[in-house]
Amino acid sequence: MPDISDRNPDRPDPIMTTDGAVFWKGAEQHKLVVQKCGDCGAFRHPPRAMCPHCHSLDVVEHELSGTGSVISWVQPVHPPAIGFTEPPIVAVVELEHGIRLVSNVEGAEASDMRFGMAVKAAYAKTAGGKTVPIFVPDEGDD
Amino acid sequence: MSATERQAAIVGIGQTEFSRNSGRSEQQLAAEAVLAAVRDAGLSPSDIDGMLTFTLDPSDEVDIMRNLGVKEIKYSQRLPQGGAASVTTLVHAKNAVESGMCDVMVIWRAMNERSNYRFGQPMVTIDPYAKSSTFVEWCLPFGAQTPATWEALSSGPYLHRYGVTSEDLGRVSVLMRKHAATNPAAWFYEKPITLEEHQASRWIVAPWLHLLDCCQESDGGVALVVTRMDKAKDLAQKPARIIGAEYAFLYNHEIISDFYQGDLTRLEVSERVTERLTRSAGIAPCETDVAMIYDNFTPQIMRQLEAFGFCGPGEAKDYIADGNMELNGKTPLSPNGGLMGEAYIHGMNNITEAVRQIRGTAANQVANLETAFCCSGVSAAILAQ
Repeated sequence: MPDISDRNPDRPDPIMTTDGAVFWKGAEQHKLVVQKCGDCGAFRHPPRAMCPHCHSLDVVEHELSGTGSVISWVQPVHPPAIGFTEPPIVAVVELEHGIRLVSNVEGAEASDMRFGMAVKAAYAKTAGGKTVPIFVPDEGDD
Repeated sequence: MSATERQAAIVGIGQTEFSRNSGRSEQQLAAEAVLAAVRDAGLSPSDIDGMLTFTLDPSDEVDIMRNLGVKEIKYSQRLPQGGAASVTTLVHAKNAVESGMCDVMVIWRAMNERSNYRFGQPMVTIDPYAKSSTFVEWCLPFGAQTPATWEALSSGPYLHRYGVTSEDLGRVSVLMRKHAATNPAAWFYEKPITLEEHQASRWIVAPWLHLLDCCQESDGGVALVVTRMDKAKDLAQKPARIIGAEYAFLYNHEIISDFYQGDLTRLEVSERVTERLTRSAGIAPCETDVAMIYDNFTPQIMRQLEAFGFCGPGEAKDYIADGNMELNGKTPLSPNGGLMGEAYIHGMNNITEAVRQIRGTAANQVANLETAFCCSGVSAAILAQ
């Protein structure tokens, strides 16, 4: 598995909103970045302007380890997903602090996929030259 | 006014034919459906003083008023959350007429969803002025671009935990098509399917959803008229009283792309609605005589059956296999064939079926019926004679 997957050169670019940009900007640096409240320290995802616990607007960027587990996975077959040469494996990955993301698992066939399987972050290029986080099986060898 | 006189009731229902290409404008479908519902009630368009629909509907109150010659309204509202809002319309209509905000509420849904939009097709862009990104921003770059994909991803943990097989899901689809087969208004009238046909239908989203696990895409319009019992007693039809209607939405959840919070093997939002509805209606969903459950995809039937208390966690697959939801079972499921078998008018055609069941005029009429349950995940209502 190369550092940056170019398996789907037509992968759609991320949609960058004012409140969500922190996540995608982190991906450009090959980091899995989520929000942490600057006051009470609570983690949150998807990104948003305000801490839902203490209502602080003070937010800091927090880099996750990148290791997690698959809590759900599917393979959209028909109609074909736009921007993918083969049906992708789409997964909900749970990371530390209970944070969950939708992403892809590459480097595994559908027949290899298991609920609870360990994965680690990798990165993929999009059609417009952006970078998004994906996951690969974590063999625990590093 | 006594509490009995003040209670809301559905007094009119109207619909166009259901098709894959209506051949006319969505505004026309809306106008036809609303006029049919108003006439069914024994009212005229000038009696309408409240108008209600939900997101994605292409027609506005302006259009309905212009077509029907409605002179003045004092309530209008457009609810969020797409098809999940179908039963939410009853929550708002009930409260609006019971509080006197308006007296005669029309609810409509009319779209050329098959010939114009194809909701089942992938999407990769959003309206740049959209007020909320929710599912699209976090899903589209990863190929999660269709309702079927979001649904399969959110249902997976439930299906996995309880060992629900594709055959189990297929039995839901077979049942819906069995009911549609004897409903002349259904798109799939006289077209039942077998479990083998379900299994042989192509994958839409592996490993959970075959083609026959998905509802149709349809063109058509449906409308309801809601008023209070003090007016209903003088109208043309036997009223379907809305004895309870409740809505809930929970922190950090989304409608179909619901992955970010809580135990994904449960529909916690529906459990909350069940608690409130049982209190307000005075009976539980499982005590009603027919169940109209929003069936965009087969796993939704199982998950809602459990969350609305028809059976315990993980029991839905056996509950269905044991025949409890057949027309002669404990609580028949969608005798019109539901959204899979009749048409996908975003849940509204399941409400019109509940009204027909209460009136005793349904194509597949349930015997000795007094109450009907309708739900769409975040909302549920109980109708009574």
